[in-house]
Amino acid sequence: MSALAEATVFDVERLIVSESSARLIELTLDAESREWLTALGAEGPLHDDAVARLHALLLRAARFEVARRRHALPHLRGDDFDDVANQAADDALVSVLRRLDDFRGASRFTTWAYKFALLEAAVKLRKRAWQGRELPLEPESWNALASTDIGPQAELEQRAVISAIDHAIHEVLTPHQRTVLVALALNGVPIDVLAERLGSNRNALYKTLHDARRRLRRHLDDCGLAVDLGGEET
Amino acid sequence: MEKRDAKQAIARLLGPAEPEVGCDACFDELDRYVELEAAGADADAAIPGLRAHFEGCPACREEHDSLLALVSGDTGGA
Repeated sequence: MSALAEATVFDVERLIVSESSARLIELTLDAESREWLTALGAEGPLHDDAVARLHALLLRAARFEVARRRHALPHLRGDDFDDVANQAADDALVSVLRRLDDFRGASRFTTWAYKFALLEAAVKLRKRAWQGRELPLEPESWNALASTDIGPQAELEQRAVISAIDHAIHEVLTPHQRTVLVALALNGVPIDVLAERLGSNRNALYKTLHDARRRLRRHLDDCGLAVDLGGEET
Repeated sequence: MEKRDAKQAIARLLGPAEPEVGCDACFDELDRYVELEAAGADADAAIPGLRAHFEGCPACREEHDSLLALVSGDTGGA
């Protein structure tokens, strides 16, 4: 059995980068990334210029993310999108400078920095989209689900799975697991929005979601129900 | 009321069957994963657990898609 197959879920991260491979990566840092680190680690005008260039880089990434998402936010104006992009770039700059020591050269520095700006912009836009809206935390009627392109026998089996899942949601999960699973996986609430409302964070909520999903799968196994998700598009 | 596909709803409720990383580990490895993908390398083999996480976490998947598009030179109007 492979190391990954033996690993408990969420232990996988420990397998990703060993210390020795990280040191090897540092030795192969590309010239541009090395220049960024040197300039940002300097003092005076060299540092100030690097910070200004980094902010411009992050603003470009934030605007890129805003452009990808603005069609889903028709109620926002152009100024709102500019504000989000600028706030995202500002916050990403703080994060990048604070976590500079975490950069090990596993990618180009610019790629590593981009992800902070994309994250900040995406989170802010998800929160804007749900601003002032009540979060749907209760399971909607299962009647709102339609079985498509399957035969009568498969539809019967699917209904049995849905019934077992419904039972597990109400009887097997903890109240917190039920809230998180229903909001995220059934009702489509963005994880960052739910995290903000519950005073939690994305990683903690996903761990809860994962545990809830594992309980659902175990309950289906106990009920002798097989789930065929082949060809699924999530 | 608009009907939603039951199969997709079940998939979202059950999540990925394979081992996956959490959101923090995903963010830590996202830049390396995307550069491997952009270079045509086998990112899934090099960094196990991320692809399954993208199946289960729409937020991380969206940020992955954006970073890949950005580094691949698709400026998308930016």
